[in-house]
Amino acid sequence: MKKFFLIFVLNIFFINKSFALIEIDITRGNLDPLPIAVSPLHVDIKSENFDDLKIKDLGENISKIIENNFRGTGLFNPLKKEAFVQKPDIAHLKPRFEDWRLIKAQALVTGKLLIIDGKLKVEFRLWDLAAAKEMTALAFTTTPSNWRRVAHIISDKIYERLTGEEGYFDTRIIYVAESGPKNERIKKLAIMDQDGASTKYLTLGNELVLTPRFNPNNQMVTYMSYFRNMPRVYLLDIETGTQEVVGNFPGMTFAPRFSPDGKKIVMSFAKDGNSDIYTMDLDSRVVERITDHSSIDTSPSFSPDGKFIAFNSDRSGLQQIYVMRSDGSGVKRITFGNGIYGTPVWSPRGDLIAFTKMRKGRFYIGVMRTDGSGERLLTENYYQEAPSWSPNGRVLVFYRETKSGLKGEGFSAKLWSIDITGYNERRLQTETDASDPSWSSLLSK
Amino acid sequence: MMFNKSLKNILLVIFATFILSACSTAKKSGDVSDVYTGKETVKYLASGVPDRVFFATNKSSLTTAARETLRKQATYLRKNKNLNVTVEGHADERGTREYNLALGERRANAARDYLMTYGISGTRISVISYGKEKPVNPAGTPLAWSQNRRSVTVKVN
Repeated sequence: MKKFFLIFVLNIFFINKSFALIEIDITRGNLDPLPIAVSPLHVDIKSENFDDLKIKDLGENISKIIENNFRGTGLFNPLKKEAFVQKPDIAHLKPRFEDWRLIKAQALVTGKLLIIDGKLKVEFRLWDLAAAKEMTALAFTTTPSNWRRVAHIISDKIYERLTGEEGYFDTRIIYVAESGPKNERIKKLAIMDQDGASTKYLTLGNELVLTPRFNPNNQMVTYMSYFRNMPRVYLLDIETGTQEVVGNFPGMTFAPRFSPDGKKIVMSFAKDGNSDIYTMDLDSRVVERITDHSSIDTSPSFSPDGKFIAFNSDRSGLQQIYVMRSDGSGVKRITFGNGIYGTPVWSPRGDLIAFTKMRKGRFYIGVMRTDGSGERLLTENYYQEAPSWSPNGRVLVFYRETKSGLKGEGFSAKLWSIDITGYNERRLQTETDASDPSWSSLLSK
Repeated sequence: MMFNKSLKNILLVIFATFILSACSTAKKSGDVSDVYTGKETVKYLASGVPDRVFFATNKSSLTTAARETLRKQATYLRKNKNLNVTVEGHADERGTREYNLALGERRANAARDYLMTYGISGTRISVISYGKEKPVNPAGTPLAWSQNRRSVTVKVN
């Protein structure tokens, strides 16, 4: 009897859970995206003007950014606003759930905003329409010029509530903006919001720049520049614009990345035809040699706990991926499949390594476990490489080049993203051609 | 009769397999020696002294032709004692960017080392790698790639 009772209780618990609020499983490709209605945020009529902001449109614009973010995940299907059945202010107080269900929405986002005393005050609510319940609500205050970030932060909160995973919308991507013919390419460092908005150029294009990467708090960038025809790794402070050469190496340094605590830069240094991996401590300026091998060792990437470094080396003949302790000991080859492997990048969750694979003239972006097992190729193309992780470890951004004609015509380089499920491949909008993307961590963290 | 026909088919299949496998081995050995041997894109440091040498895919070893070119460059540099050069190393576009930077550096150094064995002081020869960043031929063809896998000796004064 007691046992029966226990089972009964458990059942209630589980039933409750299954009836409980909507959830999205993002661990597999989602072929049935969740229909969600994002109501325009209601703009309080007491709102004051602020600079050039069109206050009247702000609520609508914020909702559009949220919709665009959601559509980009492939997990949500934002419904057309024409079908909406309730005014934003009334829906925000309490939606008529049955009316929203009628347009097949399962979740509803409502909100309102007010600009007063030079501050933007925003609140939003997420409603479960089937359960007729509020799932989450949040209010915050910021400067009005931050309104795009407001939209991204709301998107993150909703994504988090519905998937159980951290979002990745309030983030930026740093990349190399490209222009000009293929054999005379002009390259500049550029930074943009994750959705392609607010692009800023950080260099003028006078010298070749490559492979920018953020530090953990997104204030610094390390990259490679051919300034004065001396190819070296640089450190750039995004706020102040100051930059400096990293270390005092008598030759080319390249392939830089930060350690997860932001205190070191790991990179390659090429001397007399041999490239090895080094670290430099940014405070003490102490340089350490990590690998010492007559082969090419490059593309190093720390594990998120800082204990290991993955890199690629051609010590076996062709490029393969290796993992070692961060002091250089215990080097272990982890790729043995057919083909050449490069650009290992450790997932921020620590469980996977993303890589580029080359086989029979085709290029693949893939992921595998950190011991090299469980290889999954996500996308195949003519040329693509250099994956970078979204901060939640669910999406990869990389660049893809097209095959050019006999005079170099038809060549392009673009940024693409793909979920690690292998679904939802998308091109990122950039103002120019683009390569070498690096995804920031969450800005608001 | 029936049996004969099917036997013939089987034999045909076996024969075809032989041909196919022969093809694939031929292709493999072809990959190793995909070095450009033409004169297109080549410039000259002086009459009869080509400025560049070419490499096989993913390789930095010098071919017989490359050594001959570099010996001519060494002779030229010995005659022009005040001349300094930079050896630029390049890769084709069919590799990852960072690896190609290292590969270009290795190729430039292979050329530099060879010049030094012919008595040219290392202080006269600097190297720089451009990886896949500066293709001489922008086409997306095996021919263009072979022309882009190169080291180029450039006068600096």
